[in-house]
Amino acid sequence: MLRLVVRRLLQLIPTLLGLSVLLFVWLNRLPGGPAAAMLGERASEADVRQIEAALGLDQPWYVQYGRFLKRLVQLDLGTSSQTGQPVWDEFALRFPATVELGLAAILLAVLVGVPLGYFAARRRGGWLDVAAVSGSLLGICIPVFFLAFLLRAVFAVELGWFPSFGRLSTGMDATEVTGFYVLDGVLTGEFDAAWDALSHLMLPAVALSSIPLAVIVRMTRASVLEVLGEDYVRTAESKGLHQRVVRGRHVLRNALLPVVTAVGLLTGSLLSGAVLTESVFAFGGIGSFLKTGIDGRDYPVLVGFILFIALVFVVINLLVDLAYSLIDPRVRVR
Amino acid sequence: MSTKTDKIDRLAELTAQSETSTGSSLWVEAMRRLRASKMAVIGGCIIGMFVILAVLGPWVAPYDPTAQLWRGEVRTNQGIFIGMRGENWFGLDHLARDQFSRILVGARQTLLVGIVSTLLGLAIGALIGTVSGAAATLGGKVGGRIDSVIMRFIDMMLALPSLLLAVSIAAMLGQSITTVMIAVGVVQIPIFARLLRGSMLAQGGSDYVLATRALGVRRRRIVLAHIVPNSLSPVIVQTTLSLATAIIEAAALSYLGLGNPDAAVPEWGVMLAQSQKYFDQAPMLAVYPALGIIITALGFTLLGEAMREALDPKLRS
Repeated sequence: MLRLVVRRLLQLIPTLLGLSVLLFVWLNRLPGGPAAAMLGERASEADVRQIEAALGLDQPWYVQYGRFLKRLVQLDLGTSSQTGQPVWDEFALRFPATVELGLAAILLAVLVGVPLGYFAARRRGGWLDVAAVSGSLLGICIPVFFLAFLLRAVFAVELGWFPSFGRLSTGMDATEVTGFYVLDGVLTGEFDAAWDALSHLMLPAVALSSIPLAVIVRMTRASVLEVLGEDYVRTAESKGLHQRVVRGRHVLRNALLPVVTAVGLLTGSLLSGAVLTESVFAFGGIGSFLKTGIDGRDYPVLVGFILFIALVFVVINLLVDLAYSLIDPRVRVR
Repeated sequence: MSTKTDKIDRLAELTAQSETSTGSSLWVEAMRRLRASKMAVIGGCIIGMFVILAVLGPWVAPYDPTAQLWRGEVRTNQGIFIGMRGENWFGLDHLARDQFSRILVGARQTLLVGIVSTLLGLAIGALIGTVSGAAATLGGKVGGRIDSVIMRFIDMMLALPSLLLAVSIAAMLGQSITTVMIAVGVVQIPIFARLLRGSMLAQGGSDYVLATRALGVRRRRIVLAHIVPNSLSPVIVQTTLSLATAIIEAAALSYLGLGNPDAAVPEWGVMLAQSQKYFDQAPMLAVYPALGIIITALGFTLLGEAMREALDPKLRS
């Protein structure tokens, strides 16, 4: 197990190094180079030279790349040109919001998607199956940000059931412990704050869960259908095992393996979706921050975001792989 | 990363088991099953309508889609919008242009963005995939090393969430319709490359490859005339599915402010993105282009899924 972890961690190094090269090239390819990007397009030639000298941009590329790498290792992603704060601090401040949203969305998708996929497969061709399959096709085809706008317009603006933006109502007095507002509310016993945070979380989570839900329903359904046709299920049934045992121990357990993989696979689309969803609901996570970064051409934020996301993505995938090897002993051998 | 690549590899395995003893060729069989599939027929009809719209749109549009013919009637700052009415079936947009005409004309640009970006991803991805697959199957030890270097790079591209990769490319190249196509297309490269390589590897071990090698056929010919054609079916499925994602991702880029800044030529993604500002006062402005995108994406997805099922040897009778 430990060897697997170490090997996977070592495999990360070339990936992250490669990414850093790409980003380094990217930064230097920005219109007019990084100095002009910092100063704006109307900067004078002399100003640009001065900044370039100050940043060490007049030195050979390998020296520059070495310094770039050194800063990355020290988690120095530069300073946001909008807020004037270090980019890393800005991300760290907002990251819990995105994690909270992502977790809520994936939880929703699993809790609804697995049973739905399972029962759709059990009664293949029935109304539930047809509804689940067409619903999941639709879920994949709706642009996430449009769904978010739609949900907000109907359930927040029109019906008023949920708040339409932010993470907490203004004037709500909440103590911050972990940065996960729902959890904080429960931990500190401020249940009104937890409830308030939860109601703010609902609509964005539903919008964000549309693609994961669709994928999980389809995966579960396909996987259960496949397992139902396996010989060992027939054997289990014919030796007179109780149906509940067959379904629980033989069908569901085996069918869920690929679904676990799918959940890991969804991290990428969750992070992309979070950027789109958060900005609709002004949710205050790293997604909304990226949107304002794009609008303001805040390059340090853009570069930092990509590296940050790549890191998060890679780490989550590692965790999923490890979780998978815990569930399925066959993987460990490989 | 391996989770993401697993999915692609599974699709690639489609061709591996495709040699059956039914006698009818894979494609004849697949076409027969496609015609019998309800999903394929619905998907095909939607795509057909969309293509007709894209071709004829500019001629059947009742008004000039770029002319602000009803200027003065729409006042966005006071929240005054014009909805459906006799002369403007879909109402007016935020600049007092006929929304119906814009939807009709916009189909062409939307289709163009989808096709060009997907073809870009397909062309480069297939090239990389062929090189890598050929190196791995016939290249011996050196080939194997070339293959693993290429795949390292491809896995790295797959390591980034696709939309964010597209965002960084679009931000680097500046705003234009070409940028959107490139950004959406580049994202597809690693998918196609890995898919074709996997499919070729699956073919590499088959008897006919062994036979051609024994006959002394040149390696380039084995690859181009035998392995690649037999490895294409999952790539074709993926191309169809990619057309749907390309259209949706282009819309997402527009929403993030990285889309085509030139609003003169209507495109559904840009229209959808621009209408968000007025969503609370005039939601229908967003609904029309959104419906266009959803239905079109649904058409490509339905057809792609039906093709996947038709080509899946496990389901063949």
